[in-house]
Amino acid sequence: MLSFIGKRLLSGIFLLLVVTSGTFFLAHVAIGDPTQGLLGNSATPAQSAALRTKIGYDDPLLVQFWNWLSHAVTGDFGKSWRSFQPVNDQLGRSIPITLSIVVFSLIISVVFGAVIGIVCGLRPGGWLDRVLKVASVVLFALPGFWISIQLVMLFAVNLKWFPSVGYVSPSVSFVGWIETITLPSISLALGAIVMIAEQLRNGFIEVANQDFVRTLRARGLPRRRVTTHVLRNASPAALTVLALMFVGLLGGAVIVELVFNMYGIGRYTQQSSQIGDIPSLLGVTAVTVAFVVVVNFLLDLVLGWVNPKVRER
Amino acid sequence: MTTAPFPTTLAPVKRVSLLRRFMRKPLGVTALVLFLIVVALAVFAPLFAKFDPNHVDFNLVHAVPGTDGHLLGGDTAGRDLYSRLLYGARTTLWGALITCVAGLVLGVPAGVSAGYFAGGTVDKVCSWISDALQSVPALIVLLVVAAGTGQSFPIMMISLGVFLAPGYYRISRARAMSVRREPYIDAARVSGMTNGRIIRTHMLRAVYAPLVVQSALTAGIAIGMQAGLQFLGIGSASTPSWGQMMNDGFINITAFPIILLWPSIILGVTIATLAFMGSTLGDLISVRAEQPTRKLRAKARQVMLTPPAAADLPTRQTSGMHAHSVEGCALRVDNLRIGYATKDGGVKEVVRGVSLDAAPGEVLGIVGESGSGKTQTSFAVLDLLPAGGTAVADGIWIAGKEVGHLPTAERAALLGREIGYVPQEPMTNLDPCYTIERQLVEPLHRVHGMSKADAAKRAREMLVRVGITDPDRVLRSYPHQISGGMAQRVLIAGAVSGRPSLLIADEPTTALDVTVQAEVLELLRELQQEYGMALMIVTHNFGVVADICDRVVVMKDGRIVETGAVERIFRNPEDPYTAELISASLDDVEGRHELDEAWSAGPTGSAGPAGHSTAHAGGEDGAR
Repeated sequence: MLSFIGKRLLSGIFLLLVVTSGTFFLAHVAIGDPTQGLLGNSATPAQSAALRTKIGYDDPLLVQFWNWLSHAVTGDFGKSWRSFQPVNDQLGRSIPITLSIVVFSLIISVVFGAVIGIVCGLRPGGWLDRVLKVASVVLFALPGFWISIQLVMLFAVNLKWFPSVGYVSPSVSFVGWIETITLPSISLALGAIVMIAEQLRNGFIEVANQDFVRTLRARGLPRRRVTTHVLRNASPAALTVLALMFVGLLGGAVIVELVFNMYGIGRYTQQSSQIGDIPSLLGVTAVTVAFVVVVNFLLDLVLGWVNPKVRER
Repeated sequence: MTTAPFPTTLAPVKRVSLLRRFMRKPLGVTALVLFLIVVALAVFAPLFAKFDPNHVDFNLVHAVPGTDGHLLGGDTAGRDLYSRLLYGARTTLWGALITCVAGLVLGVPAGVSAGYFAGGTVDKVCSWISDALQSVPALIVLLVVAAGTGQSFPIMMISLGVFLAPGYYRISRARAMSVRREPYIDAARVSGMTNGRIIRTHMLRAVYAPLVVQSALTAGIAIGMQAGLQFLGIGSASTPSWGQMMNDGFINITAFPIILLWPSIILGVTIATLAFMGSTLGDLISVRAEQPTRKLRAKARQVMLTPPAAADLPTRQTSGMHAHSVEGCALRVDNLRIGYATKDGGVKEVVRGVSLDAAPGEVLGIVGESGSGKTQTSFAVLDLLPAGGTAVADGIWIAGKEVGHLPTAERAALLGREIGYVPQEPMTNLDPCYTIERQLVEPLHRVHGMSKADAAKRAREMLVRVGITDPDRVLRSYPHQISGGMAQRVLIAGAVSGRPSLLIADEPTTALDVTVQAEVLELLRELQQEYGMALMIVTHNFGVVADICDRVVVMKDGRIVETGAVERIFRNPEDPYTAELISASLDDVEGRHELDEAWSAGPTGSAGPAGHSTAHAGGEDGAR
């Protein structure tokens, strides 16, 4: 078990390193000289040169990379090329907003997805199962921002049940926080709910037809106990989907935040992208991928706990 | 299991019929038609839209639909919405195409190679890259790419294709891996085909259909992502796009919500058509596990309960006979029939009128080849038929009590108490997620009401009783950590731990090594005598019958052909089929020789060479 944990952890750190360095070079190749984007078209060559020196752009690329990486491993993502404020400050302001939406939608999708998936798995061909089949096709395909716009149209503009825009920190008002994150979270969660439900349902039926389930029933175990066995065997597939979904939710949140006019990492990334603010972009990438790595690691632990065979890999 | 050896021509035949089958699905066809309309609108946009999508007319700012011949009105900048919608379709579909092609080009060759050389370096590297790509939020990296190349739409869509390539990769890899194990690929290798050629000809053909499904899904996702990026303001301002239009509409959502309506509809419809096309096709190549509905099962039951027409009566009469009185029986089955609901609402009967019985302390063998209905009969006694199966009988008696007409819950209450069950394949009959101890203790605790400590003690005793020398290690183990013979002993321990009056063993030795087989049979015999149980043992092997049984029932095609005491059956089989089975099971050379002669004279009935070989290889039962 210990070597299993160690392996997963190392692989996560390696992934983080590869992705951030990949993004570093990708950004530099894609953006080229950033001063035009940062200063605008009216900047004089002298101003551009001064800025280049200030942000260290004249150093060789590998030196710049080393400078960035050696700070990044200590958790310092440098300063924005635009505002010269620490990237960490910006991240500290925007990440709680994005995480609120992502975590809230994750909770919604796991709860509803699990319940719907189990009910459909227990009664395949029932009405809920047929609804799920159609809903999963549509909701999986439609992008979160499209759904969020329709929800805003319906619930915020027409029915006025929720505020249409803005974000209220839970430290200011807990009710306000819930109110502001509900619609964006639901927009993201709808697709995730059907994905989890469908995955769990299929896994459930597959396991329920396996030999050992018949043998468990032949021992006289009550239905509820047998269901527990089936569920435990069916859950790895759903858990794997959960890892993929967390990534999808993070990506989806980027646009959904903008629909709701929230200053999360979506808005931050978009603005940094427009002006070519590489340190900010790198900071966002590193932190989001770090979140993904942590979530994947936790899910691996759960998987290892659920399925003894996984531990020995 | 019984695939023809070299179905090399399977794929092309399938391709034609797949399209035809797709055309029979109303939902799929509707989606296809709608999608083709969108494609036509995009391709012929200049014909359908008479206004320049970028022409600004200040009279048209926020104009209502119908103003001056502008079908859908104007946007915030005073441009014709209808034209922009049509030209936007061009952008959208073009982008989706670029993404799909990029994903295909990157994902498929890598996936097929990785699947063909599964476990090799190519596989490891490609799979790692695929996993890595899937753990990066694509949108954020796309925004990084957009930072420098925001105006270059094809580069954005190719980048998106890179992030969607893992979808193609995984499917091609999984398909290639399963095809790799097919015998015709081995045949191709033996006949001297190079790996490259096999991959190009056989492998790519095999992944064709799933890739079409994946492309429909990918195109849908690509269109959504693309619109999202455009909504964020990425992409050229001079190219009309749905995402831009949604952004424009969203800014004016309170004042002019209708501007938002058009792009929302067309974006939603286009994505939905792709999704439905993909899912219809996916259903055809079967992805989702479907089961017969309750209605079909109820109907099947009704059909089976309908009294047979007078003309059918001879074939619908019961087969087999009873040897004991009703009261003195551990098991008695009267005229049992089992049917499975078929998708078209019919019934396929696999057991057609079977009667048998067994007294306490008696060992009854049920012998027959695969598909004879012997395993189904034992499942019906347990009331544990696979989904879709229905059993009707004039009566089923367990320990002298009629239980065939009891409700499901009361039948279930007999399991583990009156009836024990030993399955055929030990390795698939233990729950892989729990330790052996947990699996033995749980029924004792939950069903027999023992305390957990008592149950644990009893479980250990049982393991010792079934001949396991290191019970503590086995108790701590997970099923994959013990051998097949050990697992079968564990299952026997579990089956008899509730002290049942009837033990049903379904091919209990078939999956085991020859050396272990005799030991397990001996164990079953000992336990049966020790507890005075009736033992019903299902087998295809007359050797097993000779070893352990008192009486034997011979089944063929869902009916009993002969019932009798073992000595009598061996000495003087009444039915020719019984004689054939006996000589097929005997190990002496002479028997086989005689059989060969019988064959060369011409096989009789359904027990030709094919039936013989399956009966000998054993293991698989038709219903599994």
